[in-house]
Amino acid sequence: MTDPILTIKNLTVDLPEGGDRPHAVEKLSVDIAPKEIVCIVGESGSGKSITSFTTMGLLPKALKPSTGEVIFEGQDVLKLSPREHAKLRGSRMAMIFQEPMSALNPCYTVGDQIEEVFEQHTSLSKAERKAKTIKLLDEVQLPEPERIYSSYPHQLSGGQRQRIVIAIALALDPSLLIADEPTTALDLSTQAQILHLFKELREKHSAGIMFVTHDFDVVAEIADKVVVMKEGKIVEQGTAEEVLNRPKHPYTRKLIDAVPRRTGSVNAHMTEKHKVMEVLGLNKTFHTKGTMFKPSRTVHACKDINFIVHRGETLGIVGESGSGKSTLVKCLIRLEDPDSGSVIIDGSDIAQFTPKLLHPYRKSIQIVFQDPYGSLNPRRTIGDQLVEGPINFGEDRAHAMERAKKLMEIVRLEQDALYRYPAQFSGGQRQRICIARALMVEPEVLIADEAVSALDVSVQKEVLKLLNEIRDEMGLTVLFITHDLRVAAQICDNLVVMQNGEIVERGNVDEVFGHPKHDYTKKLLSAQPGQNWNVPDISKLPPVDPALLDQALNQPMGAVR
Amino acid sequence: MSETSITSASTEKKASAPKKQKTPVHQLSPRAKMLHRALRHKGLLFGLFVMAIIVIVALFAPLLAGHDPYSQSLLARMKPPVFLGGTWEHPLGTDALGRDYLARLVYGARISLLIGLIAATISACIGTFMGVLAGYFGGRIDLIVTFFINVRLAMPVVLVALAVVALFGGSLLVVVSVLGLLLWDRFAVVMRAATMQVRKLEYVAAAQVLGASLPRVLIKDILPNVMNHLIVIFTLEMAHAIILEAALSFLGLGVQPPTPSWGLMISEGKEMLLFESWLITIPGIALFFLVLSINMLGDGIRDVTAPEGRN
Amino acid sequence: MYIYILKRLGLALLVAFTVSAISFSLLFMAGDPAIAIAGENASMEDIQMVNDRYGFDRPIVVQYFEWLGKAASGDLGNSWYFDLPVSDLIVDRLSVTMLLGLLSISFALLLAIPMGVAAAMKPNSLIDRAALFISVVGQAIPSFWFGLILIVVFSIKLGLVPASGSTSWAHFILPTIVLGYYATPAIMRLTRAGMLEVLSADYIRTARAKGLDSRKIMFKHALRNAIIPVISLAAVQMGFMLGGSIVVESIFALHGAGFLAWESISRNDLPTMQALILIFSMFYIFFTFLADILNAWMDPRLRIA
Repeated sequence: MTDPILTIKNLTVDLPEGGDRPHAVEKLSVDIAPKEIVCIVGESGSGKSITSFTTMGLLPKALKPSTGEVIFEGQDVLKLSPREHAKLRGSRMAMIFQEPMSALNPCYTVGDQIEEVFEQHTSLSKAERKAKTIKLLDEVQLPEPERIYSSYPHQLSGGQRQRIVIAIALALDPSLLIADEPTTALDLSTQAQILHLFKELREKHSAGIMFVTHDFDVVAEIADKVVVMKEGKIVEQGTAEEVLNRPKHPYTRKLIDAVPRRTGSVNAHMTEKHKVMEVLGLNKTFHTKGTMFKPSRTVHACKDINFIVHRGETLGIVGESGSGKSTLVKCLIRLEDPDSGSVIIDGSDIAQFTPKLLHPYRKSIQIVFQDPYGSLNPRRTIGDQLVEGPINFGEDRAHAMERAKKLMEIVRLEQDALYRYPAQFSGGQRQRICIARALMVEPEVLIADEAVSALDVSVQKEVLKLLNEIRDEMGLTVLFITHDLRVAAQICDNLVVMQNGEIVERGNVDEVFGHPKHDYTKKLLSAQPGQNWNVPDISKLPPVDPALLDQALNQPMGAVR
Repeated sequence: MSETSITSASTEKKASAPKKQKTPVHQLSPRAKMLHRALRHKGLLFGLFVMAIIVIVALFAPLLAGHDPYSQSLLARMKPPVFLGGTWEHPLGTDALGRDYLARLVYGARISLLIGLIAATISACIGTFMGVLAGYFGGRIDLIVTFFINVRLAMPVVLVALAVVALFGGSLLVVVSVLGLLLWDRFAVVMRAATMQVRKLEYVAAAQVLGASLPRVLIKDILPNVMNHLIVIFTLEMAHAIILEAALSFLGLGVQPPTPSWGLMISEGKEMLLFESWLITIPGIALFFLVLSINMLGDGIRDVTAPEGRN
Repeated sequence: MYIYILKRLGLALLVAFTVSAISFSLLFMAGDPAIAIAGENASMEDIQMVNDRYGFDRPIVVQYFEWLGKAASGDLGNSWYFDLPVSDLIVDRLSVTMLLGLLSISFALLLAIPMGVAAAMKPNSLIDRAALFISVVGQAIPSFWFGLILIVVFSIKLGLVPASGSTSWAHFILPTIVLGYYATPAIMRLTRAGMLEVLSADYIRTARAKGLDSRKIMFKHALRNAIIPVISLAAVQMGFMLGGSIVVESIFALHGAGFLAWESISRNDLPTMQALILIFSMFYIFFTFLADILNAWMDPRLRIA
């Protein structure tokens, strides 16, 4: 066992007064050895990023480490002056961020932005700097390094930009690499490539890697050691093998239990086969008008889409960004007008209906959107927004309010929530409210458009469970739009996979996941991280150590956020 | 103003910390939260205070003036104000025609406020109508509205306003209508952008899917969420109209004598610039504080009504 | 790119055309121009004579297109008051206004950008408060009054600079300060807000993670991005400022185009008014066009498709 390159001892970082807790990070101790990937896992607000920012000396001014040591290569970086700390950054320790789209300065070429590191920390000549930069671009597996060198960030894709950020981090072969959710904003296939790159880096360079993530599948893919954090404290740490398969702490167990997985019994709840909605030959193209600097182009967002949904079924529509799934949804709810094709519901083809004809059919298809913060009007009470639908369809307010109260119960919120405003609720609660709002008009089909993508896993699990229950109780039909294969596998009966505006594969979950036919589906499935990890059945694990249980009871879990 | 919001944000945190056990700030209703922030916003409170004084003075002008602002007196010409050795008979002195300066100042507040309010209301109606339509529908309507905004911006305001007032004759009505018809551009620009932004939000889509009619979406979902911008622009344009009226009157092409307009008072005082500079200082300071208070009010409202952060 | 510029020019022409049409109809409908020339007490014969000479009794559309046709070839008609070709008059006066405009925008930029940047670097510091004070006062102070106060203090009391006229460079000092200060608050606020926004951007964090020194982060990475909208605002402000020169020039009796405008308005000289409105709107259109080009030149995202 080599000596650790980074030792964090008893670190506490204070939050400014008036926050929901006194410390962002409390009494945290972690070691990272060379050639080791340590994953720090936690939900939003767990303080996992604060740890990495403290080490890098990039904390926002409002946050100050109050106690503890961060020993890097033998010196406590908390005692360094800002200038001394800056000397280490980029040379001995480097960082990779979550958002590749905004992590690079739009005004300079990427070559220039990589070279800056050499310029700052070394005395290499211009030619040497360029040669090194080209070599780096090659190392992070970017095609045509010479062309990329003189490109501006906006000319590159998200995955390519993330490679640039990695190249910047690797420039001077640092001994500590910190990656803060580096794959979260990327598509599945790009994520797989970047994770692969990290594994290679561990072999080629001797750096220790601190990898911050919320995703246990990513942890399973690359971690050597795992640190689980909750509300600023470490609840459990150990080797990846231990923590993933034999989690001890109830919180870790809960998180692992919430990791979405395929759940066997499919279609069991479907007794009859009654066609609710049918989509036939739907097409939609967009013409973007050229501006001063961009030529006009035509995008075929939906090409000849066909599918049928039956009563009580959950049909998943899976695709990466740009697959056309969002356009399809907009056509179905008629926020966009399809160019051609039919959307048949209740025996009528609503695809080409005029707004007047369409009005009564609006009730039949309702939707829950992705963004829990944008989908409720901040200036209206929840109750007012819930009765909106029924009132539009001619119901009287008092009557609608009664149903709103019942629905609050169904989505497990207090009735007095109806008299409050959206800002007073958390993300998960807002998604429940959106579900209730959609159900107010008793639709036939409920579209869930990435409805759980913005939520933490444990909250995500609750909302998925709620959706399933409602579907079974009310005989609802659900169209579940997602980019996340695991979630789709968990909740859907049947799936269609979309790529570039076309459906490339369809079938029930077992068929699609078990025996994919189309290359794209195969590629997507193989890109899924954490495949070699069998999520342990939490109920079969030995009971929690009573000492840990007490601790957990003393601080409420905040199950429903 | 963002500058002041920083100070107020930090004071807010300190102030709310001890109270936290009762009702955490993030659980208050939007209106209560706004009030909470407003009461801690120094700029807003200052603006409100000065504005309130000027409004009260304008409302009760006859009680406060003590003299008739129009009555001339050849015997009492150019009396200095008290602080320059005058008497309490004319606290702010008298002008070249022997009219009481305090009375003219107090009645002048009425003119400024009236012109500011009416002109801003006219332009708010025009600009909001155009901006919301353009922002909501986009496409061809947006192109047309944008074109008219461009045309309006290309017209030199002072020049056109002066020319029109010169040709139609200067009266309160003409000045107010000209300003109202010329100052709608910022309303249109801001309302257009704000509407576009709100229109993209998912709750607007949700309302449409729930069968809400177009007027209903506009009134229930769009307007309340662009209202804060509307109020801020209203204050800005009200201040703008007040300054422009004063400038027009100063150039002799606005409100005509003997009406007590502050701009006109400065213009008349200009003749005595060499010896009696208080004649221009007094109405100038009044004008400055009126505009300042309206601007600070507007900046404060912008800070206080800024949309909630995402937790 | 070229197609875009052509389209943009076409639009600019259309805007100029509409502005001139609106102002033409407004001015010529406001009163009977024949009476304006012949005088309030003129006899019917006199008015008839004026109408015969200028054609005021024809439909306004005909008169407009006649004017437009001539304007396109550089003939803006004769001034009724000065009895000289309007184009000569304007060319004569324009250089003073242009000089004033350039001096003022330079003054505004030199004051606003450094203060805006400094304020953003240290929010709530003394310099931030000073910047805030300057911009709040600048927004509330009426420029004609500010001009008078400057005259009282610097010309009358201290006798440092001349109060009126346009014969020497010293005559431009006070007008520049007044007009420049008018444009300062908007530019300063935008600089400060832009810097603050850019400083919280992800790419600034990346730059810090590289270990760059703060001077380089501030000037190479932050200012470069924050300055883009400021430059285009400055160009637009320049357009506004020329339009606003009328007030300043009349206070300081600076014989530029703004002063000419004031003279023509107070003397009901319609051809001169009409021509000046056209010229000033053309300036505005030109500067917004320039702003777009500058923007594209400075922002690679716009420059390279």
